Amino acid sequence: MFKIKLKGLRSIYRDFVRFPDYEESPLRYRRLRRNMIILMLLVTVLPLISMGIINHYQYLNTLKKEIIHPMQVLVADKKRSFELFLAERLSAVSFVASAYSFEDLVDENTLNRIFRVMKTEFGGFVDLGLCTNEGLQVSYVGPYDLKGKQYADQEWFQELQVRDAHISDVFMGYRKFPHFVIAIKHISETHGAWILRATIDTEKFNNLVISSGLDAESDAFVVNQEGVLQTPSKFYGDVLEKLPMSIPPISFEPTVIERSDPKGKEILLAYAHFTSPHHILMVIKPRTDVLKAWYALKSELLLLLLGGVLVIFLVVYRLTGVLVKQIEASDQKRTQVFHEMEYTNKLASIGRLAAGVAHEVNNPMSIIGQKAGLMKDLIDLDPSLPQREKFLPIVNSIIQSVERCRVITHRLLGFARRMDVQILVIDINEIIKEVIAFLEKEAIHRNIKMELKLSENLPPIPSDQGQLQQVLLNILNNAYEAVDDGGQVSISSWDHDQDTIGISIQDNGSGMSQETLAHIFEPFYTTKKGWGTGLGLSITYGIVKKLGGSIEVQSQKGSGTTFTVYLPKKGVHGEEIKNGKLESTFG
Amino acid sequence: MENWKVLLVDDEEDFVTTLAERLKLRGISAIIATTGDEALELIETDLPQIVVLDLIMPGLSGLETLKQIKSIRPAVQVILLTGRGSTKEGIDGMRLGAYDYLMKPIQIEELIEKINEAANAEASEGEGEQK
Repeated sequence: MFKIKLKGLRSIYRDFVRFPDYEESPLRYRRLRRNMIILMLLVTVLPLISMGIINHYQYLNTLKKEIIHPMQVLVADKKRSFELFLAERLSAVSFVASAYSFEDLVDENTLNRIFRVMKTEFGGFVDLGLCTNEGLQVSYVGPYDLKGKQYADQEWFQELQVRDAHISDVFMGYRKFPHFVIAIKHISETHGAWILRATIDTEKFNNLVISSGLDAESDAFVVNQEGVLQTPSKFYGDVLEKLPMSIPPISFEPTVIERSDPKGKEILLAYAHFTSPHHILMVIKPRTDVLKAWYALKSELLLLLLGGVLVIFLVVYRLTGVLVKQIEASDQKRTQVFHEMEYTNKLASIGRLAAGVAHEVNNPMSIIGQKAGLMKDLIDLDPSLPQREKFLPIVNSIIQSVERCRVITHRLLGFARRMDVQILVIDINEIIKEVIAFLEKEAIHRNIKMELKLSENLPPIPSDQGQLQQVLLNILNNAYEAVDDGGQVSISSWDHDQDTIGISIQDNGSGMSQETLAHIFEPFYTTKKGWGTGLGLSITYGIVKKLGGSIEVQSQKGSGTTFTVYLPKKGVHGEEIKNGKLESTFG
Repeated sequence: MENWKVLLVDDEEDFVTTLAERLKLRGISAIIATTGDEALELIETDLPQIVVLDLIMPGLSGLETLKQIKSIRPAVQVILLTGRGSTKEGIDGMRLGAYDYLMKPIQIEELIEKINEAANAEASEGEGEQK
């Protein structure tokens, strides 16, 4: 199973990194670019994003710790002072119960004196009373008239039957304000068990919890295990109301948890359980408030990340565009060079073949020629030869055919001939005039109008006179063949640019089809049915290339053809003309 | 012109015999050889003034034959025949002392013209030698 998966991945990878073949060329560069973009984005954006995420969490953790720790300290402090507060009052009541006898305390004057001391020394005491073991309050000091009150049915009283001390939950009781009770059971030898109870105002309690400088968004309160608020909460209800939240799991150590409150607000809750009574101290801070700094940082980080990714993407997009374009251009160039090379090779091998054939044919052709010549000689010498009139044209026809073969084999050989380029200072205009003079008779005979547009300040160039004559003659021959009698052929020459001069030969003849145009420089391609070798323009092409130039042809069927030849101002071997003299920089 | 004797050298016997006959019809006496060695023999025995020599032959090559002819009798004028259309071969031959070269297949008029030119050259060179 794993192996199969791995294989699949590998093939995807191979497909991804493979440079598509030449055959798929239209898709090739798009695909290459796509792959490059994906790869580059993967290796740049992925680490960036992972770094962002890791930073995010690390920072969040640190921040939380920084917030959580102070909250824990706060809860621990409050817990300690709360416990201390209770312990103080408990021990005060406990001390009174032990130090005084039942008789002392039944006396309300004594009790009143003790109560005043406790009030001033400890604070928070509201009243003080002495109850018998049956629950009857026999002595009382405080703001209410509670002497003779029966407490036997009260919960705290019942609990005291099994315990020595009790701290009650906060309750309203008879006094109609929140308070709680501390009760101590004392057993004396003379009077058996009796109970000293004190009521403590929760206001003191509240101050103790709330007075710890909390900010406006924060809340702190105490709840009992049933979730009833023992002190008022800023946001979650008044004292003795039920807290609209569940009680967190027991922990006597200050603990911080994240949760959402009933209104859906994200909060951080710090809490600790008391050992006695079983109350829970809670401190609540809104999470958004706590993490405000963090959110600010987070949005900055996010902005930076997005900006970074955007910049990377743009750079990658542009860069791959430029790269792929360059690759495409160089590929095209390479293909072009390759085609040209292939073409040149083709020319060379065809040339060798042609030369071999031409040479082999030449010998028997020579014999035919001489035999036919001899026959003609004999016929000429003997006027009385029977059927002389019939033989003579036959022999003449043989001789003419041999002559035609001679032309063809010589052209073939000329095509194959290694061209020994002989570089001299050449005036192109002169050569054009010479070649035209050569064709003058035909032009006059066929009434072809020759037009010359030769640049007067054409610089001389280093080139081969004979080869150039051949080139111009071949092109002009073609032009003459293309035009009807009375047609027009024009030749121009001009200083093309810094490195080249241009020659164009334009005719208003029959023109060529696109198909012919595509094959025009190929050897043995001819439209002259029956008698062209198809080598003329091929040789022309070869010569122009050899001379370091280039040749172009434009043609439209019915409206004529233009051949344009560009020749370099520097010779093929780096020859230059300085002050009208040839200077070779080569060797 | 009647005094000129021309030696035709070509491995194609049919070609040289026909050519010799045609030259004779035009009043030029011609002898033939089909190999280089045969040609060298005839140079010494028959003393032709002009040699028409094919460059490509089995055995002794045209250029080699030319060299030896020129070493035996420097005054002999040699016209080369080349079938390959390579001007280089012709030029090489001329460097070795050949009078000129013609491309096969040749026309009889062309050859006779060259023979006459060569004969005149031979005559003036011969005079030079005498002096």
